[in-house]
Amino acid sequence: MKALTLKMPVRYAINTVLLALLLLAGSALLSAGVFGRAQTSVIMQIGVYIILAVSLNVATGYLGQLPLGHAGFMAVGAYAGAILWKALPEGSLSAVAGIIFGGITAAVFGLIIGIPALRLKGDYLAIITLGFGEIIRIAIVNLSGITGGAPGLKKIPKYSNFTLVYICVILTCVIIHMFMKSRHGRAILSIRENEIAAESCGVNTTYYKVMAFTASAFFAGIAGTLYAGNQGIIAPSEFGFLKSIDILVMVVLGGMGSMIGSIVSAAVLTALPLFLQSSLKGFNDYRMIIYSLLLILVMIFKPSGLFGTYDFSLSFLIEKLGVKKSAKGEKQDGAKA
Amino acid sequence: MQFLSQLINGLQLGSIYALVALGYSMVYGIIMLLNFAHGDIIMVGGYLAMLAIGAGVAPAFAVMISIFGCTILAVIIEKGAYKPLRSAPRLSLLITAIGVSLLLQNLALLIFSANAKPFPGTSILPSGSVSIGGLSIGTTAIITIVVSVVSMAALTLVVQKTKIGKAMRAVSEDTEAAQLMGIPVDLIISVTFAIGSALAGIGSILFCCRYPLLTPTMGSMLGLKAFIAAVLGGIGSIPGAVVGGFAIGLAEVFVNSVGLSTWTDAVVFGILIIVLLARPSGFFGRPMVEKV
Repeated sequence: MKALTLKMPVRYAINTVLLALLLLAGSALLSAGVFGRAQTSVIMQIGVYIILAVSLNVATGYLGQLPLGHAGFMAVGAYAGAILWKALPEGSLSAVAGIIFGGITAAVFGLIIGIPALRLKGDYLAIITLGFGEIIRIAIVNLSGITGGAPGLKKIPKYSNFTLVYICVILTCVIIHMFMKSRHGRAILSIRENEIAAESCGVNTTYYKVMAFTASAFFAGIAGTLYAGNQGIIAPSEFGFLKSIDILVMVVLGGMGSMIGSIVSAAVLTALPLFLQSSLKGFNDYRMIIYSLLLILVMIFKPSGLFGTYDFSLSFLIEKLGVKKSAKGEKQDGAKA
Repeated sequence: MQFLSQLINGLQLGSIYALVALGYSMVYGIIMLLNFAHGDIIMVGGYLAMLAIGAGVAPAFAVMISIFGCTILAVIIEKGAYKPLRSAPRLSLLITAIGVSLLLQNLALLIFSANAKPFPGTSILPSGSVSIGGLSIGTTAIITIVVSVVSMAALTLVVQKTKIGKAMRAVSEDTEAAQLMGIPVDLIISVTFAIGSALAGIGSILFCCRYPLLTPTMGSMLGLKAFIAAVLGGIGSIPGAVVGGFAIGLAEVFVNSVGLSTWTDAVVFGILIIVLLARPSGFFGRPMVEKV
C-alpha cells in the first residue's frame, strides 16, 4: 500500500484555490445583499478578532509567555492607522498605507516594550505588559490633542470592507504559519518547551522572544486599524484590560499553540454574544461570568484547550482520504484476482 | 505644613497598600502564584461590610463579618480553583487566577450593579480630626496607620515565632522537602491564603473608609497597585511588602499633589517597570537563581 503524499506546489495550489473561492463566495454573498449592515459589521469584527487571537497566540501559544497588554497594541494600531487615514486623501492606497502604518507603529511599541519586558518571565511578564497596556491607555486619554482624549477619535473613514479584512486575515494566518514553520519559528517553540535547554543549544532566546513579541504586536496593530475602520469611532476605554482578557479567552479556549483553535474560538466567541444578545435577553449580563467560568474550567479539566496543539491541514486531510481510497482499491484488486 | 499633611495622607494610603501587598507576597512566596483574585476579595469585603451595616449589625460585628467573609472566600477559592492545579504549569494557574478575579467582579456586577454604592464609613471610623501643633490630622488616617502597623507586627510575630509560621516558611523554602518532614503542605497553603485574606479584609475596611464608594471593579486597580508594592519591596518578604506599600502610597499622593492626577496610575506602573528592570528582586528580595 502506497501512502498518498501531495507535492508542495500541489498543496499550495489547493490552499490558494480554496481561499480564493471563499473570498469570491463571501463577496458574492455580500454584494447580493444576503447580510444586512449589522451582520456585515459582525463578520468584519470576526475577522478583526481572528487576527487578534492568532497574533496573541504567537506570544502565548508558541512562545509560552502570558502578555496581558494585547489590547494596548491594538489601541496603538487603531489610533496610528486612524490618524494617518484622516490625514491622507481618500483612496484605496491610503487604506493600505494606514493599515501598514498601524501595524508598524504597534510593532515599534512591541519592540520598545518587549526588550525590557521579556527579560522577565511568567507572572512578572504578565504584570509588566498589563502595566504597559494601561500606560498606553492613560497616555491616549491624556494626549487629547492628537488622540481626541477620553471621548474618542471620531469620523474615521470607514475603509474596512469584507475584501480588505479577509485579505488581512489570510495574510496574517499565512505569514504566521510560514514563520512558525521556519527555523525562527522552531527556535521560538524550543523556548516554550524549555528555555534553558534551548539556550544551551545555541538559540538566542532574548532575540527570538523579542522577535515573536514584536510580530505579535505588529498583527495586533493591523487588527486595531481594521477595527477603527469598521467602527468609525474609537475611544480609549474600549482598549482596557478586559479587551486583553477577551482575546486571551479566545486563545486559551481554542488551544494555546493551535491556529485553527484560535480562529474557531475567535469566530464563535465574537459572533455568539452578538447574535445571542438579540434573541436571549440579558445574555450580556452573564457573558463575562460564563467567560470567567470557562477559563477556570478549561484550565482545570482541559488545560490544552479545545483543539490542543492540533492544526488543521487540508492537504493532510486529502492525503488521509486518499490512503483509504487506495486501500479499498487494493482490496478490490485482490478480490478480482 | 502642606508637605506634612500630604505625608500623612501618603502614609495612610501606603499602609492600606502594605496590608494588601502582604497577602500577595505571602501567597506568591508559598505557591509562586500571582493571585489576581486578591484585589477582588477586597471588593467583596467592602460589600459584605456595607450589607452587614445596612442590616443593622453593630459596626464592630460588621467588620468581623467582613474579615471572616474574606477569609472563607479565599479558602474556598484556593480549594476549588487553585488546588486542582497544584502540579500544572504556572501559566495555567495564572490564567485560572485571572478567571477567578473576573468571576468575582462580574458576580458583584450582577448582584450590586455597576453603580457606585456609598459605604457607611463614618459608622465604623469616626470622622474628626486631631490638631497637633497647628497641623490637623484626620482620625481616620491615624486609626488606619495604627491598625495597619499593629496587624503587620502581629503577622511578623506569627510568621517568626509560632509553629505554623515556621511551617509556612518551610513550605515556601522547599515544598517537597517540607512535605517529607511531615508538614501538612495543603493545610499550610490554605492557612496562608486565610491569613493573607484576613489582612485584605482589614485593608478593605480601611480603604472603604477612605474612599467610601463601592464598585465591582474597585478591587482590581487597588490589587494591582498592592502587587506592585509587593514587587517593589521584594516579593515573598514581609518587611519588603510594608516598605513597598508605603513607597507606592507616598509616590501616588505626591504625584497627585503636583497636579498630575490623571497620570497617577501610569506613574505607578512606570515605577514597577523601572524596578523590575533595575532590580527584579526588589528592595528586600533574594535574587532568584534558576538551577538546571
